[in-house]
This record gives sequence, structure tokens and C-alpha cells, in this order.
Amino acid sequence: MEHIVEMLNVSKSFPGILANDDISIQLRKGEIHALLGENGAGKSTLMSILFGLYKADSGVIKVRGKEVQIHNPNVANALGIGMVHQHFKLVHNFTVTENIILGIEPVNGPFLKTADASRRIKELSVRYGLDVDPDARIEDISVGMQQRVEILKMLYRDAEVLIFDEPTAVLTPQEIVDLMKIMRNLKAEDKSIILITHKLKEIKAIAERCTVIRRGKVVGTVDVAGTSTQVMAEMMVGRQVSFKVDKRDREPGEVVLDIKDLCVQSSRKTQAVKNFSLQVRRGEILGLAGVDGNGQTELVEALTGLRKAESGSILFMGKDMTHASIRGRIRGGMAHIPEDRQKRGLVLDYTMEENFILEIYGLEPFSKRGFINRKAIRAHAAKLMDAFDVRAGQGTLSIARTMSGGNQQKAIVGREISHDPELLIAVQPTRGLDVGSIEYIHKRLVEQRDGGKAVLLVSLELDEVMDLSDRIAVISHGELTGMKLPAETNEGEIGLMMAGVASGGHA
Amino acid sequence: MNRTRSLFTALAAVLLGLVAGAIFMALTGADPFKGYSFLFRGGLMNLERIGNTLASATTLVLTGLSVAFAFRTGLFSIGAAGQMLIGGLVATALGLSLELSKPLMLFVMLLGAALGGALWASIPGYLKAKFNVHEVVSTIMMNWLAYWVVYYSIPAYFKGTFLETESRRIPEYASLRVDWLSDLFKGSYINLGLILAIGATAIIALILNRTTLGYELKAVGFNRHAAEYAGIDVSRNIIMALGISGALAGLAGATFYAGYSVNMQIGVLPAAGLDGIAVALLGANSPWGVFASAVFFGILHSGKGFMNAMTDIPPEIGDTIIATIIYFAATSVLFVRFYDFLRRKFKKEA
Ligand SMILES: Nc1ncnc2c1ncn2[C@@H]1O[C@H](COP(=O)(O)OP(=O)(O)OP(=O)(O)O)[C@@H](O)[C@H]1O
Ligand SMILES: [Mg+2]
Repeated sequence: MEHIVEMLNVSKSFPGILANDDISIQLRKGEIHALLGENGAGKSTLMSILFGLYKADSGVIKVRGKEVQIHNPNVANALGIGMVHQHFKLVHNFTVTENIILGIEPVNGPFLKTADASRRIKELSVRYGLDVDPDARIEDISVGMQQRVEILKMLYRDAEVLIFDEPTAVLTPQEIVDLMKIMRNLKAEDKSIILITHKLKEIKAIAERCTVIRRGKVVGTVDVAGTSTQVMAEMMVGRQVSFKVDKRDREPGEVVLDIKDLCVQSSRKTQAVKNFSLQVRRGEILGLAGVDGNGQTELVEALTGLRKAESGSILFMGKDMTHASIRGRIRGGMAHIPEDRQKRGLVLDYTMEENFILEIYGLEPFSKRGFINRKAIRAHAAKLMDAFDVRAGQGTLSIARTMSGGNQQKAIVGREISHDPELLIAVQPTRGLDVGSIEYIHKRLVEQRDGGKAVLLVSLELDEVMDLSDRIAVISHGELTGMKLPAETNEGEIGLMMAGVASGGHA
Repeated sequence: MNRTRSLFTALAAVLLGLVAGAIFMALTGADPFKGYSFLFRGGLMNLERIGNTLASATTLVLTGLSVAFAFRTGLFSIGAAGQMLIGGLVATALGLSLELSKPLMLFVMLLGAALGGALWASIPGYLKAKFNVHEVVSTIMMNWLAYWVVYYSIPAYFKGTFLETESRRIPEYASLRVDWLSDLFKGSYINLGLILAIGATAIIALILNRTTLGYELKAVGFNRHAAEYAGIDVSRNIIMALGISGALAGLAGATFYAGYSVNMQIGVLPAAGLDGIAVALLGANSPWGVFASAVFFGILHSGKGFMNAMTDIPPEIGDTIIATIIYFAATSVLFVRFYDFLRRKFKKEA
């Protein structure tokens, strides 16, 4: 069997942690090879080494049988290796074409020859079914489309080995289906793909082999067809994982959040939320399902105070909070796990302990008369990192930026739950988490509910909404289009309601 | 570890700057060892010269802190020169108009200068907070506004006895120079501003590292979206950050025009304003780093005249060395790489 890429006995350490410990992985030509591992296992690190972003401490990389030194991404490109990162790297006010040719601009004397490039991009786009408009500006296109631009960027550079780092974490279910199709097209053209994902379903659907890593070490490489998801999950976390949420029935209590006829505008000044009314009660998890971009973002921002409500009212714990300050709402008992962890959720250049007090630095014991109390802050951080299994090389002093995506997410979830809020607004709380961590976070959300708190769960993952919610509300085009009890509905019906087809009765 | 890294970078930049300077000196046909010995002797040879070095450093510490503070809170302020002028103007105006006992007088002047600088800087802060006008553009514009304000108000209200282009002399009871300090340093320009600069450095270090105010300001600087999410008032913090930065530059103006110098001249943007950027850069934007780097620049500033007088080396060499050091400090990424490389090597062998 011909191997196009081999990484042999690769090790890499960061201060305080051995991120890759003698890892070997072999990629066959024309295969889709999944890389599975818990948060912080070292997947992104390993791929960054292959792409020339990090230098391994030891080990050998062979491409097409020849040993190579990949000092930087340009070398990787020249070897035909491309990568789509967990967080995209595009220039927002550039067009698709401009982004793709960035760094290898075709020129005629001092002038850019974009027309040729544009034509070639179009060609590639058609050939692989990407459907990208070369002249669109990045800021005007959806996240899914941006990802395709990243794919085109690789193809334009004649990449034969394509690395995808958690590509589906940012996509809607429909976009995921499309991406799978694109990957199959790529494979049909004899490209080789390394796919990092936490979703076992995706691995089952598309990968041939899967290498599992745990705490920096390879546990094994398996044939996907002959291995159940249960077994893969166990290999990865080293124990049995339950995919089912354990939840006892519970009578919901009084209303905590009462939204009445709320209207909110989007950034483009269109009506994003229209006459929206909804109640969330103590002791319940209310799941809000919807296709991405149907007003969920604006609704949550209006609830948390990040965006102005045009009209309507928000009653929280019996008080009118429609125009309350953000801090007022937080102090009043609202907590928010934001959709975009790097934009809103963390100050990436702060340490973990500084991030854990983002909303409460002004309260005792974390500060007194304007002076910060390091000791209290450190103790607080250590407690949370332990409770939520947040792993990082330098403990509470790790800079957030250096942490793996999943561990960043766990830190935010831990921080928000630690405020013991009356209402927890959780947007995609398990985005980018491994199955073990998902299980744990789900448990904690249910615990909140059982403790008589209210949870508003906004998620694009239908599974998650179905499993966790006591009631499911559906939003479509900014309007509430239905309310269902999970026992009385199924994914199909909710899916249709999300698309705005059927309209369900009120539960 | 980060601190050692910054220190390493700064020292490497200084060293390379000095080496480059030596090469320049050699190219002009001079002996670099002689050149440097005069340069450093010019800055440090006796108490008077040390006093002058510290007096130059005083202004640079304050403008350097001004730039560094803004930088730590995510803002790139080019406005120290203008804020210095305004601070100096307020101090001069008060000094020439009021008659108070010296301690009270100085207190009022410094307070006025700080407020003047803060107010001047809060305008770009407001523009940034409300209309997202980039502070680089607006602070530069404010520099020229300050320039013209001084240009018209000094001749109009505080005209000197002999010259149209400068203010009257600051009276003794309104000058930051005091006899005991001047005597101690044998009649140099050194003045109370030095104590102010030391105090300011300590206070800024305290604010940045130990207070909730510093925590908020840095959070806004690093990621204003996250700060907003956490309920921090982003607009207020941007204005506050530039305000504090402006107050420091305003104080620099007071120490410069009512301490180092004895009157105000029109038609000049003070060089210390822009030099503050270099000082901050070399000091890695840490308060005590800024202090050390300002003293170093102070040595070069006050030594270059002596070097010029004693050798054929043109005084521009002094400026060239400074420029080279700035250049190396700005491209410090290279040193950081080198530093990491050394560390790895060392670790492996150990
Ligand atoms: N630049 C860095 N500096 C210090 N530590 C780092 C750096 N990058 C990664 N690490 C550490 O290395 C470990 C592996 O991180 P990596 O990002 O490879 O994990 P991952 O498997 O991709 O996890 P996830 O599924 O959460 O994305 C983590 O503990 C992380 O904190
Ligand atoms: Mg990762």
C-alpha cells in the first residue's frame, strides 16, 4: 500500500505538557483518514507540525516516501499539503479571488492578473461542486461558504493532501451534508484527506480508517467499517461513554424569563426577530431549534443586552430588563455561553485565571476596594479547572490562546455555570467538545435544571436539543413557528418546522 | 519567563544598536572606542552630567509611560507631543498668572498639566469610542492643534520680555527646580520632575498589575467584544485609557517646560513626544522597563553633545544609534526566535 504521508515517532512538548508523545500515523493515497481524540489530546498540534506551523522536537516526516523537513507552511504547500484551520484565516474585506491568490498573486509586470485566477477558481469550484462566487466579498458570505474558500485555497495551490481541523464544528447540519459530498468528490479525484472531528457519526459516514489519540499517544488505528462508534469512543476516553442523557421528569416552576412581542434588528438593519414571545420556567431546559441565521443570534444578543431591542419587552425574574445594562443582567442572575468562544467568550491573551473572573472581578473576594486579590483568583480558577476537567500545560497560568479549542470551550461553560445563574443561556454549549466532555456538560446542564434553575438552550444540533430539552421551541425567519414536547415529536417533524414547512401546535 | 525574554530582546537590541553605531563611526574614520567613551562620559562623567542625563530621562519616562500605558490597553497613541504642549501650556499659564507659595503652586501646576493632557487626549478617546475613528489619525491631528494653540496663545498672553517667540521666564516659586537638588548635582537641569517620574512609574505599574481598573482597561484592549460581553463599559474605558495616557504626557510637559526649561517656545513639537514611542518599545511597554530605557536614552541624549565636542564624530551618529536600536527593538521577533532557539539548545544539552 502506497503511503502519501507518514509521520513517524513524532514528539512535541509545550511548557508543562507533552502534546505529542511518539505519535506515528500513515496516510494512504486517496483515503479519508479520521483523527479522533479527546480535547487537548494533541490533534491540532500534530497537524500543525505536518503543515509546518510547529517544529517537532523529534520524529520523521515522509512525503511520498521521501523524508522531508517542513519548516514553514510554504514548504508544506510546495509538497502539496494544505490545511483548513479550526479558526479560518481569511481577509474579510477582500474578495474570494483575492483571498485565494494571496501570497501567490499572478502578475503581469506590476499589475495583478486576477481575471485568469478568477477563471481557474470558477473551474475548480465547478469541478468539485463547491459553488463559490469568486467575486463575492468574504464578509458577505456565510461561514460554510468561507470554509469552501479555504478548500479552494488549497486546491488552487494544487494540494493533494488536505487537512481539515474540525471543519464541521462551525457548520449547520445542511452544510455538513454538503461538505461530506465535497469530500467525496475530492476523494474521487484521488486527493488524500485527514479529518479531525469529534463527531463519530461523521467518521462513520465518510472515513475509511481512524487513528485514535489519547493524551498525546496513539491508542490505535482501526478500520471504520468494522468498528462501532461505541468502541471508538471508548478507545478515545478510556472508559464507557453514555450517549443518552439521564433525566428524570420534573414539574417546571414559575416563569423566569418572559419575552413578549420582541423585535430585533440585525446588523444589516433587517428585521431579524419578529414579534417573538416565549417563556422559560424554573426547572426546565427550553431548547430553541432553528436553522442557523434565523434570528437566534439576534434574539440571544437582545436577551443578554449586547443588542438593542427595537420593541417588545423582556421580563426577567419579574423585572423589566428590556433596556437593562449587560452588567445589570449578569448581576441579576443571567449567564451566557456565547456562540463564538474566541470573539466573545475569552480574552485570548489573558491567562486562565484572569478569564475565569471576566464578569466578577469587581466582587469580593476577587478584589477589594479596586485592588485585585491574586490568591483568591487563583484558588477559584484551580477549583473550576478541576471540576470541569479543563486541561492546559501551565494550569491556571496558561494563556487562553495556547489552549486547545475544546478546553477553551469547557472553561467558558465552567465559568458561566459557576455563577450559579437563575437563567443560563447556552448557545452551542458543546461545540468542539469530545464525547466524554459532552456527556459531562450535558449532565451539568441537567443539574442546573434539577436545581430549579432555568436553561435556554440554543443549538444547531438537533440531537442535542431533542435529548436535553423539556420543551422545544422552533424559530424560523425570526418568528416562533412551533412548540413541541420531545416525547410527542421526532427529528423529522422538527426539521420540517425549522425549514418553515409545517407549523406545530403549542405545547 | 516572558520577562526574561523581553529583557533579553531589549539588551540584544541595545547591543546591536551599539555595534551598528561603532560601524558607522568607523566608516566616518573615527575610533569607535574613543567615540563611545566620550558618549558615555558625556552622559555620566560627573554629577552635573548625571543630573542632566536624569533630567532628560525625566521627560522621556513620562512620555514613554504615556505611550506604553495606551499600548497596554490596545491603543496606539502618537499624541504625546501635543499633550505635552498642552500640559506645558497650562503649567506655564498657571505659573505666570498665580502667586502662591511654592509647594501649593507646584501642586496646582502639575494638577492642571495632568488635567490638560488628559482632556486633550480624551477627545481622540471619545472619537474612537463613539465613531470608531482610529486614534493614530486623531492623535496626530490633535498634535498640530496643540501646536497652533501654543503658537497663538503664548505671544498673545504670555509674551517674553525680549522675544515674540517665547513666553516669559517662569518665576522661581513656579519652577520644578529646587536648590537642594541643583546643588546636589552641581547646577544641572535636574528637577523635582524626576521624583514625579519615579512615582508615576510605580503608580502605573500598580494600576496595570494590581487593580480592577487595569484589569478592565487591558481586557478592553485585548478584546473589546469579550469585554462588552462581560459587562464592561467599553467606551468609558477607551476614553479613560487615553485620558490617563494623556495625563502622563501632560505631566511630561510640565516637567519639561517648567523644570528642564524655564519658558515655553512656540513653533516646536517637542521631540520627547515621539521619542516616547521608542522608549516604550525598548522598555517592552512595562513601566519599569520604560524607566530603564528612558534613562538609557537620556544618557545618549546628553552624551552626544560631549562626544561631538571632543571628537570629529558628527552628533547625528548619536541619533543614528538611537534609530538603529529602535529598529532592532521593533524587529524583536527575530531575537525572540533566537532566544527560544538558545533555550531549546540549552535544555537539550542540560
Ligand atoms: N502554542 C501552544 N503553547 C502552549 N501549549 C500549547 C500550544 N498549543 C497547544 N498547546 C497544548 O497542547 C495540548 C494539545 O493541544 P491541541 O490543540 O493539539 O489539542 P487538540 O487535540 O486539537 O484538542 P481540541 O479537540 O480541544 O481542539 C493542549 O494541552 C494545549 O494546551
Ligand atoms: Mg484542536
